[in-house]
Amino acid sequence: MNYNTIDEANRAVLDKIVGSQPFLVDVVPAKSVISELNNGKVILHAGPPIKWEDMTGPMQGSCVGAALFEEWADNEDDARNMLANGEVEFIPCHHVNAVGPMGGITTANFPVFVVENRSEGNEAYCIMNEGIGKVLRFGAFSEEVINRLIWMRDVLGPTLSKALKIKGDGLNLNVMIAKAITMGDEFHQRNIAASLIFLKEVAPLIVQIEGLSDKDQQDVLQFLADTDQFFLNVMMAASKAVMDGARKVQDGTVVTAMCRNGKDFGIRISGMGDQWFTAPVNTPQGLFFTGYSQEDANTDIGDSAITETIGVGGFAMIAAPGVTRFVGAGGFDDALKTSNEMLEICIDQNPNWAIPTWDFQGACLGIDARKVVETGIEPVINTGIAHKQAGLGQIGAGTVRAPLACFEKAIEAYAEKLGLI
Amino acid sequence: MLHTIIKKNSYQDSVNLMLLTNAVSVIEGVEKIQVMMGTPANKDILSAAGLYTDELADAGANDMCIVLDTDNEEKVDEVLAAVDEYLNNQAISKSGNDFETVRTFDKAMKTMPDANLAVISVAGQYAANEADKALDNGLNVFMFSDNVSFEDERRLKEKAHDKGLLVMGPDCGTGVISGIPIAFTNVVKEGNIGIVGASGTGIQEVTTIIDRLGGGVVHALGTGGRDLSDKIGAITMMDAIKALENHNPTEVITIISKPPAKEVRDRVVQLLRSLSKPVVTIFLGEKPEKHEGNVYQAYTLEETARISVDLAKGNEIKEDYNAVDVAVDNVQLTPEQTSIKGFYSGGTLGYEAATLLSDALSLEKGKAAEGFLLQANGHEIADLGDDIYTQGKPHPMIDPDTRVNFMEKAADDESTAVVLFDVVLGYGSHSDMAGALLPSIQRIKSNVEAKGRNVYFVATVCGTEQDPQDYQDQRQKLEQAGVIVRDSNNQAVRTALSIIGLTVNDVKKQHVEYTGEVAQEDLSISPELDKLINSKPVVVNIGLKSFTEPVVKYGGRVVHYDWRPVAGGNERMAKILNLLNSYSK
Repeated sequence: MNYNTIDEANRAVLDKIVGSQPFLVDVVPAKSVISELNNGKVILHAGPPIKWEDMTGPMQGSCVGAALFEEWADNEDDARNMLANGEVEFIPCHHVNAVGPMGGITTANFPVFVVENRSEGNEAYCIMNEGIGKVLRFGAFSEEVINRLIWMRDVLGPTLSKALKIKGDGLNLNVMIAKAITMGDEFHQRNIAASLIFLKEVAPLIVQIEGLSDKDQQDVLQFLADTDQFFLNVMMAASKAVMDGARKVQDGTVVTAMCRNGKDFGIRISGMGDQWFTAPVNTPQGLFFTGYSQEDANTDIGDSAITETIGVGGFAMIAAPGVTRFVGAGGFDDALKTSNEMLEICIDQNPNWAIPTWDFQGACLGIDARKVVETGIEPVINTGIAHKQAGLGQIGAGTVRAPLACFEKAIEAYAEKLGLI
Repeated sequence: MLHTIIKKNSYQDSVNLMLLTNAVSVIEGVEKIQVMMGTPANKDILSAAGLYTDELADAGANDMCIVLDTDNEEKVDEVLAAVDEYLNNQAISKSGNDFETVRTFDKAMKTMPDANLAVISVAGQYAANEADKALDNGLNVFMFSDNVSFEDERRLKEKAHDKGLLVMGPDCGTGVISGIPIAFTNVVKEGNIGIVGASGTGIQEVTTIIDRLGGGVVHALGTGGRDLSDKIGAITMMDAIKALENHNPTEVITIISKPPAKEVRDRVVQLLRSLSKPVVTIFLGEKPEKHEGNVYQAYTLEETARISVDLAKGNEIKEDYNAVDVAVDNVQLTPEQTSIKGFYSGGTLGYEAATLLSDALSLEKGKAAEGFLLQANGHEIADLGDDIYTQGKPHPMIDPDTRVNFMEKAADDESTAVVLFDVVLGYGSHSDMAGALLPSIQRIKSNVEAKGRNVYFVATVCGTEQDPQDYQDQRQKLEQAGVIVRDSNNQAVRTALSIIGLTVNDVKKQHVEYTGEVAQEDLSISPELDKLINSKPVVVNIGLKSFTEPVVKYGGRVVHYDWRPVAGGNERMAKILNLLNSYSK
């Protein structure tokens, strides 16, 4: 251990988080930045490692969609056979500097955001948001879904890439996040303000792109204007970049990742490097579209809890009181209660992201696994809810808790590593 | 059949509409309903749910679409009315508290950085640890928790003393700090009397009598019942006495103690003699024969209160406060009925009863069985707040059951002439103990009367007009049930004695000058203690949430720490946390 006490080590991790400088610099095909995707048929997925047969419906559906998109197969049955017979290698997004929402399914030709953390010189990647309705991340793989992915690969991705190149030095995400948090976003359930800020930044760049057809320009701008959650995936990549930069401090008990694969919830802590500490996931509770109920809900899934890891999402409920209503008839007081409760398991508050509705207190900063175990307060995560059957997509939204056992295992392992037990 | 209502240009956010959908889907006769804005994605969802209608084609993203499936056309209007009502009444009623609730000590201190008092009511095994944290954070400690070891008590009190802080307790049930009632406490008018007491119900009896006599109490600092033992050496009491000496509004200092260790008692009295203020003392069990110098010595709690009030008002001190006319007319008892059975919820009140009975009966201090303060010649005084009665059961100040059982047994005993008991009011006590005891007392009385006997019920109500319960109403309820109610425990016990023809041998006390040596004491106090007694306490309440109530009501500030055992009581995890927290390279 390079620090005198755990508190000191944790402080060092926090300093790196606060001092981070994430910039959105490009949108590129995943294979160009993630070398693992060039070795045969490889699928990245959300959460800690999982086998095909253990994946829940939506994640399997996403894999089928990815196989169709990559033209490894041209029908569902062939795709499923291929995925089941070991021909395809599965790797967690987190193992290759990436994160992915819901199923998190990412293959070679998905366009990904590239976020560069200039304070630490590291990068992180995340696929782009497809909008709502029938979408791959919730396990849908109809023709409409695949066609949209192809359009994102051929039009949206390259267009945003060109726009960012015109900008030159990338988009300063800290600034955009700081603005949007004052406009009511918590960056998991609600990203509309940040998405509009994003559109405001890129629209003037997009219209400068030479040779972009009017139709493509119109389609791209319309898609960005329609997609309220577009910034979520940017935020995820930014959070991943920042947390990966911070966990270069290889000591302490700060939680550096939280993610779910539908079967297990996994966390990492700063002092234990790449090791996952897992426990069975919970099922989100929330509001459902008509015709669906809690019984249809898939278990908790996705890497998007990286937003809670960095201190927003459920932790910043107070910034977006409207979101609280997903947990029932909650009001402002419930939002306040939620953020105050989460503050109890965090070490400090992030001065970069002041929340007006919280008397300008900074967002939560640095979940301490020790505090989670001490208080028994499990981190709260705002999340979309997928139907447990593949292809039916999103059926609601709500909240879910990270299981305590992950944190117990993590601090136990760390105490062992320090030779304390 | 599907019906469609489109509200043009009526935007609501999607969460709101999901809640609205839930609210209207319970309307009887509506098979299915969905309310959504008319965006293309939402239209897909509606069609997936089998709720797509042609009317939706014209709806845009700013139009609210209500699609319902019902066979009853009239339901459409009902739904529309319900939707409008929901949208018009979206404000959420605020369930605001006057204080914040936190889950860690750190957060409590962040929420209230100027906190100066921790009120601890967690289970005994955890209490010392919380007290340590409080002291480390510069807080005085009011420790309601019991089952704290002598070793911990001594260590904590020494640590507090070194830091210039005060540890009140453990097992400190009651207190008043700068007029604010803490824990199980009566609401007493503020005044110029300051109390230090090593006895919870002793403090309650003295403060309530002072209040009813028109006096007032500014501080009642509990020390915990063991403070005057030789193992503790009155660490808290001596610091508290010095604090009151330095507190200008305190003009009379009143000391209440259960039977102390001799040398500790003498040490305390030596300190008292060096004070500039008049002092009233009661060391329960002692029967003083004079007042000496600035120290006035009382035999009963009532006398303690009366002397304090007379001193506080500048009245002359009388020779005798105890002998009062308590005769009961026309007593009718069988020759077998010779004994008094006392069932107390207040331990010190029971102790006082046992002392007065022993005095009247000229009994030597004998051994009584556990849970009893006196057992002799058929007389019994039981402390129903003793651990042996409260394990797994609520305290008798909260629950009448144990007492009713004892009363029934006593009434069956043909030797019983008098059943003596207390009703203690104040925060924390039963909201209507008289009412709760009433049916049983009436039943017991009529049962024994049917057997041709009279059993006299004599009670005292310890409380004030300001208490959350209604003092007069409690008295009246008891009187209506035929209970003889007295103003003090002293008078109640004497009433019981007079019924069986006994009296206490009272001593008339003269005031004499003190001629002995007065030691030079360092009477200075720390800035922390000075702040505690000169301002309203700022409280971190750790444990029982109800303790926040009197603090808020009487103008103190409080943050409630919703305490739980570390790691939910998982000992292995608690140990690992401890190792990690104390790790240093």
